[in-house]
Amino acid sequence: MEHVLDIERATKRYKGFTLDQVSLQLPRGYIMGLIGPNGAGKTTLIKLILNLIHRDGGTIRVFGLDNLASEAEIKSRIGFVPDEPRFHDDATLQSVASAVAPYYTHWDSKRFATLAGEFELPLKKNFKKLSHGTKTKFALALALSHGAELVLLDEPTTGLDPVFRRRLLDKLAGLLEGERTSVLFSSHITADLERTADFVTFVKNGRVVFSNTMDQVAQSWVVVKGGRETLDADARAFLEGVRVRAHGFEGLTSQADEARRRFGNGYVIERASLDDIMVLFGKEGSNDD
Amino acid sequence: MRIIISNASRDPIYEQIARQIRAQILSGDLSEGELLPSIRKLARELQISVITTKRSYEELEREGYINTVSGKGTFVAAQNTEFLREKRMKAVEEKLAEAVDQARLLNVEPEQLAEMLRLLYTEEE
Repeated sequence: MEHVLDIERATKRYKGFTLDQVSLQLPRGYIMGLIGPNGAGKTTLIKLILNLIHRDGGTIRVFGLDNLASEAEIKSRIGFVPDEPRFHDDATLQSVASAVAPYYTHWDSKRFATLAGEFELPLKKNFKKLSHGTKTKFALALALSHGAELVLLDEPTTGLDPVFRRRLLDKLAGLLEGERTSVLFSSHITADLERTADFVTFVKNGRVVFSNTMDQVAQSWVVVKGGRETLDADARAFLEGVRVRAHGFEGLTSQADEARRRFGNGYVIERASLDDIMVLFGKEGSNDD
Repeated sequence: MRIIISNASRDPIYEQIARQIRAQILSGDLSEGELLPSIRKLARELQISVITTKRSYEELEREGYINTVSGKGTFVAAQNTEFLREKRMKAVEEKLAEAVDQARLLNVEPEQLAEMLRLLYTEEE
């Protein structure tokens, strides 16, 4: 399978935070969700792909090209929606679009006009007058107007209402229909990803916990619920995260079959949602946290 | 083609899709040679991932319900529906035999078993 994005042990060191040897592959024509709590390193990873920050180790290949050596070419084939879109405050949206267009070989002004209409963008308004949600819509219209083969979205759904979130997901699915474009989509609103993402990468504390197909994740991760008196040292050692409440415990594991063998009657075993995984993974389960 | 996906169902989404398409082929609602939507189109329609949709089609293809002709699309396979129905009936029979074995172990009377079956059947409706 051709990988549009191939990251090998990418590392970035900040004071007090390291994005540590992150590896992932995204094939052409698929959506990958990038999940993780705030501060996990999602934005850092996206910035590394675009070479917006200096990389301290590892390699990143986009469309088979080294992202440093072929930076300009790669960027003209990427559509990017940052978590905080920033353009010249006192420029109108129309003039921002005109200024951005020449950077892209395949800029499609008709497509931009169509999207601007569909997203109800106030093209004559100044950028600074826009709400956060409208800024995101504008960045999205730009990102989808130059035939990008890779679309990077950093927390695009924050600030968008459910109606537009649906529309965004439909737009992305529309891109995938052509089998040419891939999408990397970071979000902590995991409901958006649960159904539509083909692959999920979970990062926490700067490390990849897993990067797998959503199907595989849905099959292997389960939540075990039971009485707190039954949570012995063995069970704790087996579980990959546990939360203890007054009336029972919730534990997370990626070994669904083994969990069904170990925990029989008196326990509930349910498929873990991405939210469950994010909340429970690595939790020590000291009481009542 | 009509497909309804339940998020609350215990069955995985790919299985829900495969089951509904299978049922529509067996009932004749989808007929031989009919063109199915492409994997990516269906994924978009149902707002689910491409991989999940692909998995449903792969399962149906393995079971002989559909054929993919590269470059042309996915079609309902030419099939002997009588034969398919017989095959499915046999599967039903096997499952029932299993249930009968279990019931015997627990000394469940045939009438009681029949009643259980009747209740389950109407419950599912």
